[in-house]
Amino acid sequence: MAFSLGVFFWLMAIITVAIFLGRVWWMPELASVHGAAIDQQLILTLAIAGIAFFLAQLGLGYLIWRYRGRGEGRADYWHENPKMEVGWTVATAVVFLGLAIQGNRIWTQYVLAAPPADALTVEVTGQQFAWNVRYAGPDGRFGRTDPRLIRDADANFLGLDPKDPAGNDDIMTQNIMAVPVNRPVRVLLKTKDVTHSFFVPQFRVKQDAVPGLAITTHFTATKTGEYEIACAELCGMQHYKMRGRLLVMTDAEYQAWLKQRASL
Amino acid sequence: MRETRGAIFATALVLAMAAGCGGSRDTAKAPAEETAGAPEGAVWKPAGDEGTVTGKVSFKGTAPKYRAISMDADTVCAAKHKSPVHPETVVVNGNGSLRNVFVYVKSGLEGKNFAVPDQPVELDQEGCIYKPHVLGMQARQNIKVVTSDDTTHNIHPLPKVNREWNVSQPPGADPIIRSFTRPEATIPVKCNQHPWMRAYIHVVSHPFYAVTGEDGTFKLEGLPPGDYEIEAVHEEYGASTQKVSLAAKGTASADFSFSPTQARRPSSLITLPALVLGCCGDR
Amino acid sequence: MAAHATVIEAPKGFVRKYIFSTDHKVIGIQYLFLAMFSVLVGMTLSVFMRLRLAWPAEKWPALQQLFPEGFAGGPMTPEFYLSMMTMHGTIMVFFVLTTAPLSAFGNYFLPIQIGARDMAFPVLNMLSFWVTLAALLVMMAALFATGGAPIAGWTAYAPLSAIGEVAGPGLGLGQTLWVISIAIFCVASLLTSLNFLATTINLRARGMSLMRMPLTVWAWFTTAILALLAFPVLLAGGILLLLDRVGGTSFFIPGGLVVSDQLIPHQGGSPLLWQHLFWFFGHPEVYIAILPGMGITSHILSTFARKPVFAYKAMVGAIFAIGFISYVVWGHHMFMSGMSPFSSMAFSITTLAVGVPSAIKTFNWLATLWGGKIRFTTPMLFALGFVSLFVTGGITGLLLAQPAIDIFLHDTYFVVAHFHLIMGVAAIFGIFAGIYYWFPKMFGRMMREGPGKVHFWLTLVGVYAIFMPMHFLGIAGAPRRYAELTEFQYLKPLESLQLFITVAAFLTIAGQFIFLFNFFVSLFRGKRAGVNPWESTSLEWIIPSPPPHDNFGETEPVVHHGPYEYSPPGEPKDYIMQTEPARQTA
Repeated sequence: MAFSLGVFFWLMAIITVAIFLGRVWWMPELASVHGAAIDQQLILTLAIAGIAFFLAQLGLGYLIWRYRGRGEGRADYWHENPKMEVGWTVATAVVFLGLAIQGNRIWTQYVLAAPPADALTVEVTGQQFAWNVRYAGPDGRFGRTDPRLIRDADANFLGLDPKDPAGNDDIMTQNIMAVPVNRPVRVLLKTKDVTHSFFVPQFRVKQDAVPGLAITTHFTATKTGEYEIACAELCGMQHYKMRGRLLVMTDAEYQAWLKQRASL
Repeated sequence: MRETRGAIFATALVLAMAAGCGGSRDTAKAPAEETAGAPEGAVWKPAGDEGTVTGKVSFKGTAPKYRAISMDADTVCAAKHKSPVHPETVVVNGNGSLRNVFVYVKSGLEGKNFAVPDQPVELDQEGCIYKPHVLGMQARQNIKVVTSDDTTHNIHPLPKVNREWNVSQPPGADPIIRSFTRPEATIPVKCNQHPWMRAYIHVVSHPFYAVTGEDGTFKLEGLPPGDYEIEAVHEEYGASTQKVSLAAKGTASADFSFSPTQARRPSSLITLPALVLGCCGDR
Repeated sequence: MAAHATVIEAPKGFVRKYIFSTDHKVIGIQYLFLAMFSVLVGMTLSVFMRLRLAWPAEKWPALQQLFPEGFAGGPMTPEFYLSMMTMHGTIMVFFVLTTAPLSAFGNYFLPIQIGARDMAFPVLNMLSFWVTLAALLVMMAALFATGGAPIAGWTAYAPLSAIGEVAGPGLGLGQTLWVISIAIFCVASLLTSLNFLATTINLRARGMSLMRMPLTVWAWFTTAILALLAFPVLLAGGILLLLDRVGGTSFFIPGGLVVSDQLIPHQGGSPLLWQHLFWFFGHPEVYIAILPGMGITSHILSTFARKPVFAYKAMVGAIFAIGFISYVVWGHHMFMSGMSPFSSMAFSITTLAVGVPSAIKTFNWLATLWGGKIRFTTPMLFALGFVSLFVTGGITGLLLAQPAIDIFLHDTYFVVAHFHLIMGVAAIFGIFAGIYYWFPKMFGRMMREGPGKVHFWLTLVGVYAIFMPMHFLGIAGAPRRYAELTEFQYLKPLESLQLFITVAAFLTIAGQFIFLFNFFVSLFRGKRAGVNPWESTSLEWIIPSPPPHDNFGETEPVVHHGPYEYSPPGEPKDYIMQTEPARQTA
């Protein structure tokens, strides 16, 4: 029993670490600027956690095998070892605190840094179960909206007020968002109904859309291509199907795309 | 002694709660069972002297313009349409008549019981559009919801009188068969997955209803002679009624006209009392 | 040596003895059976979840017969999946992980281990159980409610949980019953924790100083403090949510919401308020589930390693530190919620700080084994499994505690793996260890070791096979609470993992029937247990198995030793009972 249990803990630890090291399953390929620092911190922490996990399981397996109750004689009799205790307490505290400080640094660098003034602003409004995407259009201003004017059946998903001329050139889509590559994008995140969460795995972007609040998040895409927007906060029966497509284009393609959408 | 009483009280509490839940479930089951049988009382049978009411719903003015639906929100939906799709809220026919108006006998049939048809009415979902857009049916008659799309829909009627339901229907799923137990004018139906999808179900207590089509006309056949109030309901422009007298084997006509100047339908607010009642009862 | 005490007469009559009993032991067993019933329900619900995750489009005609609503159209509907998920989480967290380790074992053994005849307030104790049962019945009603069981998750985030059926199926009557049940449960837990605290403080036997209490007692005591302060907050939150649902108030519902085209006539509320209230309870709740398991593990490791617990004082300190810090970490559930990014930083530091005492406990467990002479009984195996799972589940907290990393991992399967390992499975291992360890005392018979060991192996291998792959799902970015992963391109490669997990789950669940079989057969046919079959030192092992109604009879125990005097040199036996008189030389 001692042997097999010890071996199990060893094997389990080795297989787990091997799968992580081999990146059999891994994060989707990074495609944003700020994501690099996040990935770095994630990998650093994962490595520290992995080493601790590996050593603890190995140690546990070893102790089980080494001190299986064999032969005569009694177990050792001791109660404590203050030096050792202080040692590992301080060591753990230092490592954990170090991670906290480094993690918070990356957090502030991303979250507290406002996107530049020339960033493209896109309004994204969640609803059960779709992402409404709105661009301000040539005038650079979003038209006024009023929840009382919302009529999904008339394709007025945001309650755009026809009396406000600023809204006439607004470009609206559902579940499709296009952004130019290498340009900072500010996402103005809202929701019509319940809490949703705007999650773009490749961009390392996630932010809840909270009813009653307008929250901004931002990113700069580094690679053209098609990405996916997932909802990461339970929003109802078809939460799993709340999928948006995020198209990252060259600037020329993006301008053409806007023109094409405006003509609809 | 006091402890015993406490214990009895506790048991009573538990039993009362258990009974409470059991009870609520029973009441919920009841309407479903009712749907199988015919309504109480003698069932009306045609006497041979029935007549017909016909008419046309015309539209005056200019129809509102809507933004195109962003069908590519779901690529499956987009694949089924070649040209941009616009909302069906106001559809004016070539001959100036209004489509999708529900016309039915509002009053004049009191005291009569009509057999519930065995055949269900059908609501299809095709290209992420409900077909038909406006649907009439009798109370307790079955509605069969089918899907022709390769994407998951959910069917979410929002009644005020009947019980609300909301169920997902993945591609290839069997039809969903339900019914509404009580007559109710205008139950909006929504798909939350494709928010633009919208149908209206009108539940009436008799078979005398029609929906205007491509020529804007309607015909209510097999109606026993008598005085009636005929109502035409449009999702955007509301309701309009007319009185007609129908002689034995006769015909009567009732023409309606809608225009954009008419008041918009009231916004569908959940009122506070409805919310309060909604919590605890079987609506 | 022993002081005389008034004799407590045993109640007569079946009802007073076994049903409406005020005996803490009977109540403990009632709680245990309540938890066993609940865990069976919760497990069954997880079977449904696993079915859909592995085969989302499959039609199940037999199940369709049973649940025409849930399988409308053939395959399991996503809303049925969500209702299974919600009820699984709720039932497991409240009616299993809170009741079994704290209310069941604590009720039975806390008084005995401190040398008391009963809880401080026996009638209150009985009432707590019946109120808990009432909560369970209401929760079962929610499971079968008209319109379906709630789908808002065990966290019931407002406004999804607050605005009624318009937001989704099961959010009508089902959600209302859910809130009512939770509120009732809060009251029951409040009563229980009061009782535990009063008992520990006032009813200790002579010589049972605080620092001679077994670590189990320390764990229950600290857990009771947590419960005393956490559940009232959830109770308040629950009442407010109920009022939002049925009273037309707007605590959690802001203005201008349009749900399914319906303008919701509320304004002024804050969805974040619910999250704060919920997690102010919710994070201590994690420790309410796991602390008793830690106590039981410490106790059992020492017993079967035949060695004193390493660093008893540090263990007590760590339990208290965890308990205290657990009150200031709740915001780590809300890094992505739109809360101020500055508070995220503070919560990140406190969260990593709570890892320090957790790490201390792990080191101390390993050091307890060091130099021991391990007896591999079934309870010991589960305690060793607890240590392994606690490490595996806890260590990923290092990642989730950092908001920057949480941007990617928040609400993915990584979190599901983390909390299942640490507060689900580790806690369950603590419960199993406790059952195997105390079964002889509770029922006077031994559980069979053979099936016990088979059960252990199936469960250990099984849970690792289930929850380790969830880390991979998480690192690949798979969001939790998805009824299927097929809708997203980037999730397509993960379907094989879901299938693997489902198979592992079914095997693990099958293994639990060995336990049930062993439990019930041993109940009637097990070998008679002596007073102290494990050669343990704490007070429950000086009285008959099962103990008489008044535990210690006419004499009151007097305590002379700490609880973990194993293998002391120069003693005839390799353990000293806590009540053994101190020898002159010692």
